[in-house]
Amino acid sequence: MFVTPFFIFVTRMNNDLLSFGELKKNLKKDFSSLPAVKIALLGDSPTQLIHQAIKGYAFSLGWNAEIWEADYDQMERQVLDPDSEFYSQSPGFVVFFPSAQKLRAKFYSTPKEERSSFAESRIAQWRLMCNTLQQKLKSKILLLNYAPHDDGVFGSFASKTSLSFTRQLRELNVGVDKLSSEIKNLFIVDVNALQSNAGSVTAFSPAVYINTGFVFSLDFLPRVALEICQVIGAARGQIHKCLILDLDNTLWGGIVGDDGWENLQIGDFGIGKAFTELQQWAKQLKERGIILCVCSKNDDAIAREAFEKHPDMKLRLDDIAVFIANWETKVGNIRFIQQVLNIGFDSTVFLDDNPFERNMVREGIPEVMVPEMPEDPAEYLPFLESLHLFETASLSDEDENRTKQYQEEAKRTSVQAAFANEDEFLENLNMMATVTGFTKFNIPRVAQLTQRSNQFNLRTVRYTEEEIAGVATDPNRMGLSFSLRDKYGDYGLISLIILRLTDEECFIDTWLMSCRVLKRGMEQFVMNAIAVTARKKGFKKITGEYIPTPKNGLVKNLLPEMGFVFSEGKWILELENYKEFKTRINPDKE
Amino acid sequence: MNVNEVLSRVNVIFKDVLDNDSIVVVEKTTAPDIEEWDSLSHIQLIVAIEKHFKIRFTAGEIQSFKNVGEMCDGILKRISQ
Repeated sequence: MFVTPFFIFVTRMNNDLLSFGELKKNLKKDFSSLPAVKIALLGDSPTQLIHQAIKGYAFSLGWNAEIWEADYDQMERQVLDPDSEFYSQSPGFVVFFPSAQKLRAKFYSTPKEERSSFAESRIAQWRLMCNTLQQKLKSKILLLNYAPHDDGVFGSFASKTSLSFTRQLRELNVGVDKLSSEIKNLFIVDVNALQSNAGSVTAFSPAVYINTGFVFSLDFLPRVALEICQVIGAARGQIHKCLILDLDNTLWGGIVGDDGWENLQIGDFGIGKAFTELQQWAKQLKERGIILCVCSKNDDAIAREAFEKHPDMKLRLDDIAVFIANWETKVGNIRFIQQVLNIGFDSTVFLDDNPFERNMVREGIPEVMVPEMPEDPAEYLPFLESLHLFETASLSDEDENRTKQYQEEAKRTSVQAAFANEDEFLENLNMMATVTGFTKFNIPRVAQLTQRSNQFNLRTVRYTEEEIAGVATDPNRMGLSFSLRDKYGDYGLISLIILRLTDEECFIDTWLMSCRVLKRGMEQFVMNAIAVTARKKGFKKITGEYIPTPKNGLVKNLLPEMGFVFSEGKWILELENYKEFKTRINPDKE
Repeated sequence: MNVNEVLSRVNVIFKDVLDNDSIVVVEKTTAPDIEEWDSLSHIQLIVAIEKHFKIRFTAGEIQSFKNVGEMCDGILKRISQ
């Protein structure tokens, strides 16, 4: 049986835009195993740099761009001459790169009486170019539209007069948009939008332009090259179909398990607006046919409740094809989502505010696109809008019904353990934990954690700063705080315990932890620290208690999992039998 | 900053941009002396130097550099302003 070769795209653009220098370094790499894509590149400004940038980016996206470059300023001659070198190339894609600068020169040399119809005649020319080309080639045509350019000759009055270059350029851009609706194989690469986003000061370097004729700065060039590659990629079927969303501090402000759905930041006021606008954007994607999924470390019922009850939620459960809120790793959960949807990982975009989760997904499933989210939620949406994550080459009407089908499919498939190599991943994190008592430096944070933590909190005892300071000096109580860092960053103080020491027993008064660091062995590490402390103080056993609340179901089984046995109304751990848990967290010497 | 320090920083930029660790530049070095230094990588070098030293050359300056020494003089002139 013939097996179709399947290419795995290992090096995906997951982080920030690559620099021109990095793209150029890609050119030295081995392209031989990558599928070849033949491209013809024609421009009216020098095209050598964009050539290098496209080739470099294509490599990062997993294909080998074989680019034929026309001589300088030969677009029309090559296309309109049936015997030109261009036609002997049989490219899969033809990229036209006209510049606003050349357009301006053409406009200035146009007789005044013809200027009002300048855009119209340029559009007619592009139509002729495309039609001529299509008679001989089946190639897809990419046309870079014109970068915004105001020549300032008429000031704002330029909008009012058809004699201005500024207005003719705008009309021309609208005209080529329409032309691309008319000609099926014509695709616009929206340089105009990209440059508006980057700003002309960044996108254009006057000194480089004057010396060499290059119309894009080296900083902007990679963005244009990426866009060209994404449009080509979309035409070749490399598209993102699914958006997987984290919840806490991604889709809303706050932590629903701790703060309660009533206190989430969404709506028209304050920082909530940033999240609301992101939700509205995601809803537009869904209406366009992108599948939305949720993958969150949360209690399922608590997470769903926010969707059902919060009046300002723009996304509702109906909008979500697969909804996963649990305490498993996101790598496993995303694998599950992929099974339900039956799409490739490379069709998936994952959004999460937490760098740890992002990196874990990147390492666990490199094919998933994981944008490096800005720190400030206010920047989420402008950043995501600028990435053009969901390029496509066509639209269909049936997309909208898909969400429903997937929802049903998700009900049938149950979440399976798909967590390969988790231990190896944890080991590679180089986790270091610092254990300290309560000091004047950490007392405010400790008190805050006792007041705010609701989920991983065994007894939910609230303390003020004064009371915590009291614990620090009380010989019959003992407080320990735990900070964690790994190779990706510092999580700060994320867990604490308070032990009550009497003659008879060592009792766990408080044990809480931030849910951000679940599933990393931290709870076992803390348990070891409790045992060591109790042994040092001469205790033979530790007693514990779980006080259930509506929010702390997560730690219902924590004590038995740590080896406690229920007897005579309390949980008891005999230290004699206690064997230290093995973790991947190293104690930091301090 | 003196000319030697500028030169040694410029050398690092050359190695990085041209992706060749064995490059050694002196004041008299010109483009034909270094294989990777062509008109395209020249732009990259200029942009990298501008970023590193937080300066901006004029179009005329970029054209006028005949060798690395003149480049360094241009840098020194700009950073002393």
